[in-house]
Amino acid sequence: MTFTREIAEIRFGTGLSPRLRGPRDVDDMMRRLTGDDDMAKRYKIESFDDFAKRIARVTEHWKVRRANRGSDVADKATQKINSEKRKAVKRKQFWLWNTLLRRAHTQDGLRERLAFFWGDHFTARGKVSLMKRATSPYFESAIRPHVAGYFADMLKAVTAQPVLLQYLDQKTSIGPNSTEGLLAKKASGLNENLARELLELHTLGVEASYSQTDVTELAELLTGLTYNQQGVFGFRPDYAEPGAETVLGKTYGGGEASLADIHAALEDLALHPATARHLARKMAVHFISDTPDPQLVSAMEARYRDSGGHLGEMTRAMLEHPAAWAPELLNVKQPVDFIGSALRALDVSDDHEAFKDWRQIQRTFAVPLGLMGQSWQEPLGPDGWPEDDGEWITPQRFAARVDWAMSAPESLIGALPDPRELVQAALGDRAPEALRFAANAAEDRRTGVGLILASPAFQRM
Amino acid sequence: MLSTLNRRSFLTGLGCTAAASPFLTPVTFASGTGENRLVVIILRGGMDGLDALRPYGDANFKSLKGRADQAKVTEQQDLDGFFALHPSLTGLMPLWKAGELGFAHAVSTPYRDKRSHFDGQDLLEAGGADLDGNIRDGWLNRMLQNYPGLQSETAYAVGRGDMFLMKGTAPVANWSPDAGLYGLTPQGLSLAGMLMEGDPLFEAAFSEAVSLSGESMGAMDVSNESGEMVMSAMRQSARDAAKGGGHVQIAEFAASKLKEASRIAAFSLNGWDTHANQSRTLAQPLTRLAEVILSLRSGVGEDVWGKTAVIAMTEFGRTARLNGNGGSDHGTGGLMVMSGGALRGGRVWSDWPGLGEADLYQKRDLMPTRDVRAYTGWLMRGLFGFDSGFIESTIFPGLDMGANPKLIT
Repeated sequence: MTFTREIAEIRFGTGLSPRLRGPRDVDDMMRRLTGDDDMAKRYKIESFDDFAKRIARVTEHWKVRRANRGSDVADKATQKINSEKRKAVKRKQFWLWNTLLRRAHTQDGLRERLAFFWGDHFTARGKVSLMKRATSPYFESAIRPHVAGYFADMLKAVTAQPVLLQYLDQKTSIGPNSTEGLLAKKASGLNENLARELLELHTLGVEASYSQTDVTELAELLTGLTYNQQGVFGFRPDYAEPGAETVLGKTYGGGEASLADIHAALEDLALHPATARHLARKMAVHFISDTPDPQLVSAMEARYRDSGGHLGEMTRAMLEHPAAWAPELLNVKQPVDFIGSALRALDVSDDHEAFKDWRQIQRTFAVPLGLMGQSWQEPLGPDGWPEDDGEWITPQRFAARVDWAMSAPESLIGALPDPRELVQAALGDRAPEALRFAANAAEDRRTGVGLILASPAFQRM
Repeated sequence: MLSTLNRRSFLTGLGCTAAASPFLTPVTFASGTGENRLVVIILRGGMDGLDALRPYGDANFKSLKGRADQAKVTEQQDLDGFFALHPSLTGLMPLWKAGELGFAHAVSTPYRDKRSHFDGQDLLEAGGADLDGNIRDGWLNRMLQNYPGLQSETAYAVGRGDMFLMKGTAPVANWSPDAGLYGLTPQGLSLAGMLMEGDPLFEAAFSEAVSLSGESMGAMDVSNESGEMVMSAMRQSARDAAKGGGHVQIAEFAASKLKEASRIAAFSLNGWDTHANQSRTLAQPLTRLAEVILSLRSGVGEDVWGKTAVIAMTEFGRTARLNGNGGSDHGTGGLMVMSGGALRGGRVWSDWPGLGEADLYQKRDLMPTRDVRAYTGWLMRGLFGFDSGFIESTIFPGLDMGANPKLIT
């Protein structure tokens, strides 16, 4: 079992394209992954720092409104707040379109897949106001630059992200004996949510041995991570619980509260053997199979440890293992993989008049994604989207995939392709005989194209 | 209607994969129980049982941080001088008075200490004593594996979220009332069916979708319409789900199935993870729960409601004291909500542990005094006649059912 271009594009990329050739070998895949991020330049998504300027503007309008209650000035401010909110709603749709265009036009599909995978690993959703639309900027700033770098750097980046701090209730977690906690002007206290998920989901994994005490101590250590009304991250020593905290037997802090103490704990968590095991297995499950080859997982785990927690190296270890290239496709595409790879197979243009209207993006992609079970950037819990294929291919969710396959393509491209050519473009030499027959036997192009996209051969990766 | 007929005949030709499953050990059943219905609702996120059903008669309740306002209850909320309903549940008071609503308080699964939603829900749905990985199916499915005369429509998992408690070798129908196959002509359907062959996951999902979309679409025939029409049908179904409150649609669909051949239905309600501003954030999920129970009741009609029991359970309760954000964190002991005409309701089953510092589990959570599985087990026994030994060994391994709480009339 060795590298093939088709497996590289289907299993580790964003699907086959009739136009883009895809990588030549594993070295080529890694070269592209560690080279320039062309897609980020071509199909832009705002950084979180830029998004924070929107938050700052809304905060300013709120202040004006509060200071001028009941007057015309306040009404104007309300209008401006609503206008900012509407703009953010629209941006979220354009960023979805750009996310899909990156998948359709990239020469480096692995990067798009990794960005999605690690973003899902650090699932977060803003809870109120503008922050609800900030997920793409959060991923763009904290996840994407680190997908082939050190995991510890990604950990430090995400824990400095307002979206995550809001989602896991860290913003207002205040040490009971901190300056702020002792003032007790309002009810305050410790919130364990981020600490628990950091151990359970982000690093060690739930099977590792840690205790409620570790969770509470880590929660105390994390106090001080917060952000201001302008959406800018900061560490507030006056929120931080005084004294040293012991997590997994190691003691942090004790002197003046500082971000460095938190970073020291994150570094240690990143290098913990349980973290290596947890991340290696999770990645193999995502890319290869719900029940991956244990030797492949061990190889990835070992490379992660040996490289000091380097995600690019762990990715390379996965690609270098023969089990990664097994010809049978054992995973099912998640809805975003499905739609992204359909756009790629259809070679949808990036200069599409219809999708300059955000509502059209919502109708064509966001609503169907929801019906397929993947409401865009709104997973139910901090554990993100399920890996179990059975979760995705239920009758109602699969019906939505079939409906989309039958209906969306004609609004995506001027003229539908000949289904016999699309079979080759979408599946190459992997196309099963029955599918070639169906593509030929379909009564019209629309049905033929829809059948190809809905077929298990295209749905699997 | 033509397309409906075509879908049906197509399905017959393909052979419904679900109905063909071989299994059956009907030894554990009493006779004459085939008319009773069970609805299981999973409340995902960890419902705060102390807020939903407030033990205001416990002198320590109002002293718990953040609970003082909850302890002030009106006559409309009061059940029995000790427990009172959350204001969002008072719409269920007529059911309480009719003996069709009851609660088990201070209950939990065997899950302890790590307080993870995902593990908590896994154990709640697997039905075992721990998460040692030996259990691969859900407890409701294990019950179905032993339900005599099980048909493909006996049990329904409803909605777009998946239900682990229904997963296993027994066939379970699976559908969301807002779904449909809109874009295929009869010829397209038969080609699609051919393409699914050889991939059991897709084959099963597709054949079920074909069968069910034929029913739910009724006279609607858009199979020959353009892509734009299909997209608009998809949008409409999403809008309906969002606007009407998808939960009511789900309850109504479940009720329509229970009125006919179905006997078991399960679905989830989300939104219980109230880490902040609980006085606001808990109202909505509780309102939904009340609406669901009322929709089930009106949907099945008086006769079937008399043979129905509904149970709503959650992965864990929450901390006894509220946190700094007016919310509650993951806890242990919690609440189980029961309803239905078959229930001997109008009572709260509880071995109340008290709320003093020393009474709390690890000085922070409501102490669980009974396993939710014990109540569920007794309910199954009462509804379907399974014997206790079978429940304790197979459906809920490691469970001691204890004394009979006599849940069923």
